[in-house]
Amino acid sequence: MSAVDTGPDTGLSRQSAFAPSRGQGGRAVRNAVATGVMVLAFVIAVVPLVWIIVTVLQKGAGLLPDASWWLNSQRGITPRVVGGGAYHAIIGTILQALATAVIAVPIGIFAAILLVEYAASRLARVVSFTVDILSGLPSIVAALFVYAFWITTLGFSRSGFAVSLALVLLMIPVVVRSTEEMLKLVPNELREASFALGVPKWKTIVRIVLPTAFSGIVTGVLLGLARIMGETAPLLILVGYSQSINTNLFSGNMAALPLMINNDRQQALAPAVERVWAAALTLVLLVLVLNIAGRVIARFSSVKK
Amino acid sequence: MSSITGRSAVDQAPGPAGDVPRGRRRLGDSLFGGAASASGVVVIAIVALTGIFLATRAVPSLLDDKVNFLTSTEWVADPGALRFGILQILWTTVSISVIAMIIAVPVGICNALFLTQYAPRWLARPAASVIDLLAAIPSIVYGLWGIQVFAPHLGGLQTVLNDALGWFPLFGGPISTGTVFIAGVVLAIMVLPIITALSREVFAQTPAANKEGALALGATKWEMIRTAVLPFGRAGVVSASMLGLGRALGETIAITIIVSSVAPGTDFFSSWLQGGETFASKIANNAAEFNDPSSTGAYIAAGLVLFVLTFVVNAIARVIVNRRKAFT
Repeated sequence: MSAVDTGPDTGLSRQSAFAPSRGQGGRAVRNAVATGVMVLAFVIAVVPLVWIIVTVLQKGAGLLPDASWWLNSQRGITPRVVGGGAYHAIIGTILQALATAVIAVPIGIFAAILLVEYAASRLARVVSFTVDILSGLPSIVAALFVYAFWITTLGFSRSGFAVSLALVLLMIPVVVRSTEEMLKLVPNELREASFALGVPKWKTIVRIVLPTAFSGIVTGVLLGLARIMGETAPLLILVGYSQSINTNLFSGNMAALPLMINNDRQQALAPAVERVWAAALTLVLLVLVLNIAGRVIARFSSVKK
Repeated sequence: MSSITGRSAVDQAPGPAGDVPRGRRRLGDSLFGGAASASGVVVIAIVALTGIFLATRAVPSLLDDKVNFLTSTEWVADPGALRFGILQILWTTVSISVIAMIIAVPVGICNALFLTQYAPRWLARPAASVIDLLAAIPSIVYGLWGIQVFAPHLGGLQTVLNDALGWFPLFGGPISTGTVFIAGVVLAIMVLPIITALSREVFAQTPAANKEGALALGATKWEMIRTAVLPFGRAGVVSASMLGLGRALGETIAITIIVSSVAPGTDFFSSWLQGGETFASKIANNAAEFNDPSSTGAYIAAGLVLFVLTFVVNAIARVIVNRRKAFT
């Protein structure tokens, strides 16, 4: 009858689960229901995500083909007026992201080297735990920390650089984790061969381990940049919005794409609404390009095992 | 041949002086090791300083607080007349996160099961990458979409909930424009990719022998999943959910955009069909008023509570993952 082997010697304690207690029909039905639920869950997950992409494309694509969107700022432009561009916000986002990367990438890579190449130390175990905590740190808390530390305690004023400092906290864990993954994939034989030739440890890491893992590190940096470019909370607290171009990270209000969206999101006038969605699309494109570039690099040049 | 030689040299502590005869090499090694340790110390210091600085800025305001910080629902951050408590904020924060988790955890798990156990290869790989990419969409875009495009579609459902279950404190009226419920659903969509991606990773690692064993005993596909895949992935799923929860608790801008804030002085309310503020949105909404140390301290105190909440949630997730690693 049943294909189930109910013999006592199978060693599977759960064997009764497969017993045809409600007959084969009941089991088949439950199996079919489960399959249906899984497919439904997939559909439920995909629909809103596709919906968001379509919405952003529909509402935002109108302005992007225009060169002035990429070359002009919003200086002197009111919500009633059509025109202007997002250059001030794009340059702000990129400058802040670069400043963040300059600080976060070296710290992240060295911390990952500590976690993999000096894994035996007690420090490494504590750092590993701390990186997990850092990766779950809400961006608004990172911003409050920089506010309490950089602005109220050290007395600096709100600026693009203060934003970068908060973003450093959010970028470090991404860089550490992806670099760590890559360093772990570097075969030990390479390290051992290098040691056997009398090469010191630091030179082994710099000349053998890091080049082998280089593409993975690049991927981590790109994913980290993608994550921080979309953050809004630190911008709200640490810098004011400017409609003009400001390339000075250390003083004055400075625009960024999320801030540009946030600034005009409650406007009801059509020109402003269109610009909000165009800025959203620009931001999504920027983030997706970085993500896809990171993943493509990871796929085509990963360490061969 | 390329056989693995057991322990790697890297795992061993550096030997006695005989290893490195020349002082120059030693210098390079100690500099490099020092840089690695310094970066580690910086990472630890960042987390420690975050706690310390938030606490030192929050304590003076907490001492000046005229009402109980934990049980009051008031929020008046005027310097000199501080009356602020977190009860309402905590309720809204937890409510939104609970709604998000109720939706995102089951859907995320089923989605991960679909991608690892059901979907054909040609669909599974691209679908998984697309879902990963969607985790990267900035939250401000989710917020914009949530309030302008998605919220109107939930209006009917909210009216139905209010009509049928209005007597229950969670679904009382009147219904606001941007409700806790809408924010919860949008947040569910935001954390879904995270939960799916992490669950997918653990389910994909289920040993083939376990799965084939169940199938060989005559299990249907669902029974195989229930007896082989789910028990294997349980710890991973729990930690994925905790990480999603941590993300949900701290989400700022999407909630700031979606949930309409209530008039100051409103009595405590529990309905999910009204507005409110979470820790993060309270801080974000009032960022412009950070000019006086004592009123800023009130918001920093809220930030400190959020820091502690997410710290605990992430630490639990981490412990669960580590325990699982120890067994596999």
